Amino acid sequence: MRVTGSEIFMKCLQAEGVHTAFGHPGGAILHGYDVMLDYPLRHILCRHEQVAIHAVEGYYKASGQTGTAIVTSGPGATNTVTGLTDALMDSMAIVVFTGQVPTAVMGCDAFQEADVVGTTRTCTKHNFLALKTEELPRIIKEAYHIARSGRPGPVLVDLPKDIIMGRAEFKGYPEEVSIRGYNPSVNGHPGQIRKAAELIAAARRPVIYGGGGIIHADASAELTELVNLTQIPTTLTLMGLGALDTSHPLWLGMLGMHGTYTANMCMVHTDLMIAIGPRFDDRVTGKLSEFAKNCKIIHVDIDPTSIRKNVHVDVPIVGDVKRVLTQLNAELRKIKRDWRKDLEEWYGQIAEWQRTHPLRYHQVPDGAIKPQYAIEQIYKVTEEHDPIVATGVGQHQMWAAQYYRGHQPRRFITSGGLGTMGFGFPAALGAQAAFPDKLVIDIDGDGSFQMTMQDLITCVQYNLPVKIFLVNNRYLGMVRQWQELFYGKRYSQVDLEIQPDFVKLAEACGAVGLRAERPGDVRPLIEKAVSTPGPVVVDLVCEREENCYPMIPAGSAIRDIIDTDEPIPDKLFQGWR
Amino acid sequence: MTDPKHYRKHTLSILVENHQGVLAKIASLIAAKGYNIDSLSVAETLDPTVSRMTLSVHGDEWVMEQVVKQLHRIIDVIKVVDLTDESHVGREMIFVRVNAEPVNRAEILRIAEIFRGRVVDVTPTTYTLEITGEAGKIEAVLELLQPFGVQEVVRSGILAIARGSKTITKREEGRLRLAGRKQAVAE
Repeated sequence: MRVTGSEIFMKCLQAEGVHTAFGHPGGAILHGYDVMLDYPLRHILCRHEQVAIHAVEGYYKASGQTGTAIVTSGPGATNTVTGLTDALMDSMAIVVFTGQVPTAVMGCDAFQEADVVGTTRTCTKHNFLALKTEELPRIIKEAYHIARSGRPGPVLVDLPKDIIMGRAEFKGYPEEVSIRGYNPSVNGHPGQIRKAAELIAAARRPVIYGGGGIIHADASAELTELVNLTQIPTTLTLMGLGALDTSHPLWLGMLGMHGTYTANMCMVHTDLMIAIGPRFDDRVTGKLSEFAKNCKIIHVDIDPTSIRKNVHVDVPIVGDVKRVLTQLNAELRKIKRDWRKDLEEWYGQIAEWQRTHPLRYHQVPDGAIKPQYAIEQIYKVTEEHDPIVATGVGQHQMWAAQYYRGHQPRRFITSGGLGTMGFGFPAALGAQAAFPDKLVIDIDGDGSFQMTMQDLITCVQYNLPVKIFLVNNRYLGMVRQWQELFYGKRYSQVDLEIQPDFVKLAEACGAVGLRAERPGDVRPLIEKAVSTPGPVVVDLVCEREENCYPMIPAGSAIRDIIDTDEPIPDKLFQGWR
Repeated sequence: MTDPKHYRKHTLSILVENHQGVLAKIASLIAAKGYNIDSLSVAETLDPTVSRMTLSVHGDEWVMEQVVKQLHRIIDVIKVVDLTDESHVGREMIFVRVNAEPVNRAEILRIAEIFRGRVVDVTPTTYTLEITGEAGKIEAVLELLQPFGVQEVVRSGILAIARGSKTITKREEGRLRLAGRKQAVAE
């Protein structure tokens, strides 16, 4: 029987196991939305397409299931560009379907036309323009396959109106996919694995530096086994948080620009860096010419382009992190070594750094609420619920990474590579849609939240009970911190003193709003928020000019890290004077 | 990591899916990464679903490793082979329209003959020549024709093929092997 492209589209989604999609309808995709009514797809109507894409990212990161978004042509499609770029940077498996004007008028500046495959060429892992209705099943199958396999990433499918309205024979959803130019390596090269094991067995000051690849590969059990087997101290990137339980005795804390002093010092003084699924981002390496000068590097990554992109690698291993770690652990089990004894001196050094440079802040009982204190309280109250935590971008994000000490993978969702403000709340919304009964928290900044807060109403409409905690300093805090430290405290366009009353805003949307202004209010209000059904916004009115430390200034070497209460060297001034 | 002092010219043969948008994908990758491309030529192969590109690019070992990896990352790229360090034949073709006053006509024809060129069009005042050869030969003939007044040149970019009996499709079984080989080299 010949059916329309929209019906094929819906049948394929069903066959793919997609039961939730986020999106926004419009002219070119109308036919798809019409047919959707006859299918059991649960569609969450976001009020802005950017929110839909971040929600899909949150859905993917929390559940490991490829996320799906559907939007219309032109502005609908261009509004997805930020989310697509974010997903590309952070390796999020998502598939975005965009409406397109009919093929006959493409290129003629039709109403709501944009060159979407052209625009998204460099911000997707792959994109498709469907030009024949009968090709839809193959394209959709390939889209999902490409999105989730290898290094995950965003895939876009552009659907011209005449293609989804046209008819074709539906011969079923393809079972197999075969793309001759795409066969990601999965197993690590055995010779390389042996070589890595030999280096590990000989190292005296090794450190494991894990990244987001561990989360995407669902390899945290294998990582934990590696850590237990070798007793090597371990640090994780922002994207890797959750891959190792923070209560593990060998946990060093996050590394990088706002990572712990100890984790960063380990990166400076190590003789062997065991990099598992990270990509040597500049927020981790600092000044490249000073990075890893006296150590060897093992780098495991599924994406060959990540290897030797920024730094020299001694033992590259291309493969799926889970498989490679399984291979590596098997190899290491053959080695007879008293790991703890051999690393004793290294442990001593690390304990010394931890003793002299712990993460710290000073909360005065009657003073303003310290953001770190607020986040630590959120952690203490909610830890037992094993919640999913999303964040926006800025100071609050770094404090959340430092003080929300998670225990499980896929529980910390944040925008790492692109640093997309406004990411946190939509991502929490998406995670909540994936896990309706789980506690989902958005730790957000007042600046970040204002970028996407219109979708509070979406949470109310679909009963997505996200708890939003605003670390509210009435500033674009991270920008202000840089202006204070590197531009002589000349504050330019960072003051958010004039802002909505977030309690009333929540109430206007039919959600619950709460406010804490004194340290003593923080804990009871968090408890109240967690026990209140439905979405809640908690406005935590914090100290305005608290700075986030430790900090490695951009472009500096890791060893130039500035810890709490340490002076800022004059040479870091970047202003015009 | 990279050092322009060690840059040299590399010739890559690339097999890609022959459908719309693929050339744009490769061009925008190259533009986004800032690689120095000297020339690019592309046309269908014996298999009409596959196109073959010859890409000429400047870089050192590190740049080339990145270029090859990044090209492989494009889903529509089936195979990439760097011909630079193996025996291969590379040719370019030009059409050149040169002023041909009566006194110079014989000399221009002689130059064309020496370089095994052909006259493809004649007017009372110009010749249009077709010349094929390696980059050095093309440069030489252009230099010799310059004094007569070159009006227009169109140049094809390099076409390259490896010497020997193996075809590009038989050289490597897809990218999986290539990744293995790269690791083996690293060892």
